Amino acid sequence: MNAAAGGLLGRELEFVAALRRAGLAVSSAETVDATRALLSIDLLDRLSLRSAMAAALCKRPQHRKTFDTLFDLFFPARIGDGTADERGEDGDGGGEGGEIDPQMLREMLKQALLDGDTETIERLARMAVTQLGRADGQPGRQSWFTYRVLRQINPDTLIAALLAEMLGDQERGGFAEKVARQTIAERIRQFEEAVESEVRRRLAEDRGADAIAKNVVKPLSEQVDFLRASRDDLANLRRTVYPLARRLATRLTARKKVEQQGRLDFRKTVRASLGTGGVPLVTLHKPKKPHKPELVVLCDVSGSVSSFAHFTLMLTSALREQFSKVRAFAFIDTVDEVTKFFTPGLDLGNAMARVVREADLVWFDGHSDYGHSFEVFAERYPEAVTPKTSLLVLGDGRNNYRATGGQALKDLAAKARHTYWLNPEPRHQWGTGDSATRAYEDLVDEMVECRNAEQLTEFVARLLPV
Amino acid sequence: MTATGNDPTPPVALVQPQFASVADVRERLGLAGYLADDAIATTVFLADRLGKPLLVEGPAGVGKTELSKSVATATKADVLRLQCYEGLDEARALYEWNYKKQLLRIQAARADDTWDATHDDIFSEEFLLARPLLSAIRREEPTVLLVDEVDKADVEVEGLLLEVLSDFQVTIPELGTVTATRRPFVVLTSNASRELSEALKRRCLYLHLDYPTAEREKAIVLSRVPQVPEQLAEQVVRTVRALRAMELKKAPSIAETIDWATTLLALGIDTLDEEAVVSTLGVVLKHVSDQIRAVDELKLS
Repeated sequence: MNAAAGGLLGRELEFVAALRRAGLAVSSAETVDATRALLSIDLLDRLSLRSAMAAALCKRPQHRKTFDTLFDLFFPARIGDGTADERGEDGDGGGEGGEIDPQMLREMLKQALLDGDTETIERLARMAVTQLGRADGQPGRQSWFTYRVLRQINPDTLIAALLAEMLGDQERGGFAEKVARQTIAERIRQFEEAVESEVRRRLAEDRGADAIAKNVVKPLSEQVDFLRASRDDLANLRRTVYPLARRLATRLTARKKVEQQGRLDFRKTVRASLGTGGVPLVTLHKPKKPHKPELVVLCDVSGSVSSFAHFTLMLTSALREQFSKVRAFAFIDTVDEVTKFFTPGLDLGNAMARVVREADLVWFDGHSDYGHSFEVFAERYPEAVTPKTSLLVLGDGRNNYRATGGQALKDLAAKARHTYWLNPEPRHQWGTGDSATRAYEDLVDEMVECRNAEQLTEFVARLLPV
Repeated sequence: MTATGNDPTPPVALVQPQFASVADVRERLGLAGYLADDAIATTVFLADRLGKPLLVEGPAGVGKTELSKSVATATKADVLRLQCYEGLDEARALYEWNYKKQLLRIQAARADDTWDATHDDIFSEEFLLARPLLSAIRREEPTVLLVDEVDKADVEVEGLLLEVLSDFQVTIPELGTVTATRRPFVVLTSNASRELSEALKRRCLYLHLDYPTAEREKAIVLSRVPQVPEQLAEQVVRTVRALRAMELKKAPSIAETIDWATTLLALGIDTLDEEAVVSTLGVVLKHVSDQIRAVDELKLS
């Protein structure tokens, strides 16, 4: 295979290239580190090799899954049926190539799941794939399928038997069962993951790691359907939005900082007085405690702004990482708090999918209703907006000709320190059709056209002198 | 300032590896009371071998700080700790002039002392207060520099760290440049409460510490609380894992698993049944809402 072309270094560079294609930002300095790491460790220890590469190349926990998947493709644990190399196996099974019927495999799996023996579970997964996962496609070409294996083994049907054994004579239905179920589910997932990774390895062997790498990385972004179209855009946006959020955060802080000084800083004053022979001519003051900006983001995530919704949720997520006190609310025709979906370090795609799936955003018919949303927001979360809060509304203001709820927004704006509205529509379309923009425009401090990252930058830059 | 065109690899003389192999790391950490898994052992070994700072990230209570202390024990080094917090500045992290002493020196100066002599004198070693970063660089004995909770510090501190950690040297205008004669083993920890800058991450080796696997957690409990029966340890670990699988405000950490085992032991409880869980739930879950949720989902009521 092409590994021979450049030896180990060549393989590593191919791997790095695949990581980059998958969206991990790997710098050349990090590649150099990985290479130096390769030289210092025992290359025969595969787990060690993986940890070493991860330490140098994968610096975000949410990328680790992609990293592991690709690593398995580029540095497979074994070749073919794996019978030739039993290193690291206990060897008692006597080869994974031998024929065992599915029923027996199920029995063995049941025992392994009961014992929680990771090594055996993984070995059984490999055996299962070897025997059950193959399908002969075109002549001379094999294909491997996860579902063929899982359908025949069907580990989920083992749960009842496992539960019975694990619980013994303990009472059913209570706490013990709940914990046992959790343990079993965890182990079954382990088995399924092992099967998947074995299938990938087999495929990679037949078709080359590069070809498979292109396909296996995709599902990450496909988790959310509406993200698919603009995957590259999203990656690009992410890069610009995050630093912006950081700047927005510092700007909001800085404005407070320039206000009057705090208490006398004795240490600094005396220190400065050294310059004047111990006579304190100038007094120095401690800066006021940095103001912790409180930010409340209220964003429209309805269909009409779905592409903008990515962007707003991305901004929310970025802000969430910068501010300690951010509360995010999403609305379509009613509003729900979504702060908890954006804990730092979460996969953004996941967060978005969860917002759409889990948050309670639809009250009537699932078309935008700003008026109702504002009213519900003011009523349900009266404590969210205080005189310290900056309120950020994100949406196009297309209200489907419903009541604007202007009074509710006006009250909110009066309570908040600042209220800004970012509108993704071009300015000349404001107020046309069902757009209630004109009604809202005067109620907030400022309504800003924000169609791309550039305009957002402008807005952030302008925020300072206000 | 990093001069461009610098050789990125550290001078070999500076790096004095303490560990012979990955297995050696694992064994010596084990002796220091830290059960390292494969990823931890390998990463520590590399950080030691390549002389790079190690950034450890993960939820609270998974043993990040403990790791650095154990590395220190294993290498017979001393720990210098820089605890980060909001508002941490150069004077607290790097160095500061001891102005009180300087003032005394000026006042005590005799009339015939020239200004130059006094000036040279008050900006000398004697009046310098070294803070953790500078101390770590100047020490000649083996040192572990622990920069704890980097994510709590302001962004500017990251800049300072970048400068110090990439060259291991500090420039003091009045004294000149201090360069490390022996590279300290640097560990940075973070709870990921905010994303650290890419630049800082690039310069470090990265280790994500997460909650351990069931087997490893059981081993940890058994090594920390040796008197606990294995059966009970198993039950505690399984229950804690079930708790972590829920969406709680604060998932129980390893420290809390150990606390729980200790508590049960002290109370003389040898099977973790519903009653035992309900009465001791406060040890692992510190929020009322979490407790209510756990009771509800584990069908404890």
